[in-house]
Amino acid sequence: MESTIHTLQEYMLHTENITYLLIVAALIAITFFYRFLTEKDDDEK
Amino acid sequence: MSDEAATTGKSLLTPFNVIAGIIVIMGLFITVMRFTRGLGAVTNLSDYNPWGIWIGFDLLVGVALAAGGFVTSAAVYIFGMKKYHSAVRPAILTGFLGYAMVVVALNYDVGRPWRLPFPFIVQQGTTSLLFEVAACVALYLTVLFVEFSPAALEWLGLKRARNIIIRLTLLLTIFGVVLSTLHQSSLGALFLIAPSKLHPLWYSPYLPVYFFVSSIIAGLSMVIFESTLSHRYFKDKMDAAHLAEKDEVALGFGKAAALVLAGYFIVKLIGVSQGNGWHLLATSYGAWFLLEMLGFVALPCFLYAVGVREKNLKLIKWTAAWTVLGIIVNRLNVGLIAFNWQLPSAERYFPHWMEIGISVFLVTVGLIAFRFIVTRMPIMYAHKDYDETT
Repeated sequence: MESTIHTLQEYMLHTENITYLLIVAALIAITFFYRFLTEKDDDEK
Repeated sequence: MSDEAATTGKSLLTPFNVIAGIIVIMGLFITVMRFTRGLGAVTNLSDYNPWGIWIGFDLLVGVALAAGGFVTSAAVYIFGMKKYHSAVRPAILTGFLGYAMVVVALNYDVGRPWRLPFPFIVQQGTTSLLFEVAACVALYLTVLFVEFSPAALEWLGLKRARNIIIRLTLLLTIFGVVLSTLHQSSLGALFLIAPSKLHPLWYSPYLPVYFFVSSIIAGLSMVIFESTLSHRYFKDKMDAAHLAEKDEVALGFGKAAALVLAGYFIVKLIGVSQGNGWHLLATSYGAWFLLEMLGFVALPCFLYAVGVREKNLKLIKWTAAWTVLGIIVNRLNVGLIAFNWQLPSAERYFPHWMEIGISVFLVTVGLIAFRFIVTRMPIMYAHKDYDETT
């Protein structure tokens, strides 16, 4: 994968692509994590 | 202490006193060696490795673990979470002693203690991060001293002075949060100057963010850890309010720590992605990095969450201790293990036994001071002459 990177443009495109996907995955994951953390609080109320 | 022994009839030769006494004598001996014969006599520091465990452990770990003071006072006085009020004084005391030991440790590393005020009166060097760290640590140590002083003033019976300081509580808390935010992140920013020396998995333009976010985790976990130990060793010093709020503090701080750990894991992952460091995960340093990330970030995050969900206080307390260990591992990684990683093994740094001796000595002095204060001043209980909510 690295051998295809020759310019800063390609490097930025490559890293930002992965980062943006990670951010979307992280936002979804943290929603479920928050639900996991607090769902018993909701049950008690 | 002797008065206490005389009145209670207890022997001073307790295991703690004996071990602490031996460590203090050893520490004083090394102190004399350090200040009469120089760094070369007691350390393995070199031009390649000018910062050893006195910076990597005593300073970086000490400052991070002392973050409980600003985290707890911010929760109670700024965010209005009064149910954690009983945790404020022990957290402030831990923070104050932690920072005091950091400043003492810095004198061992820098030498010539009389030059400590030089950044303020001789050469400001205001563009240096070290100036910012020095200014914030000096100011925050002062703030912590003032925040802690009501307990000492209640003990001394100086009611008027105590009431004046109590009126300044909110101002001091805001000042403390601002100063902590600045210098916790600046300690990470110190390493931004050395991108070629710090391993790419630990180096990131986000290092200041990592240090600040992880200091909040350290503060929350340290409050739970300290509360657990205090409950074990100073239970007789706690009043009903402290005993009743103890579990509430563990559950609330555990929940906050789980969320911050999750956020920290995500920003660390994004750091790896931005640095395109995925291929480095397959190396030996990568394995160590994964152990730190999975074992000391993801695992405690999950354990805190399970502990809070199931209201399992034992799990939360063990997780707090594990997280404190994780913070130590992280700071040692950035400051020592992943630093100068490209040097041949013969040039790598390993601390001299006397360097470790001084670190153990300073932690012991902190513990002795903590015990001295807690057994005398109203830290774990409200003084009978004063309103409990102040």
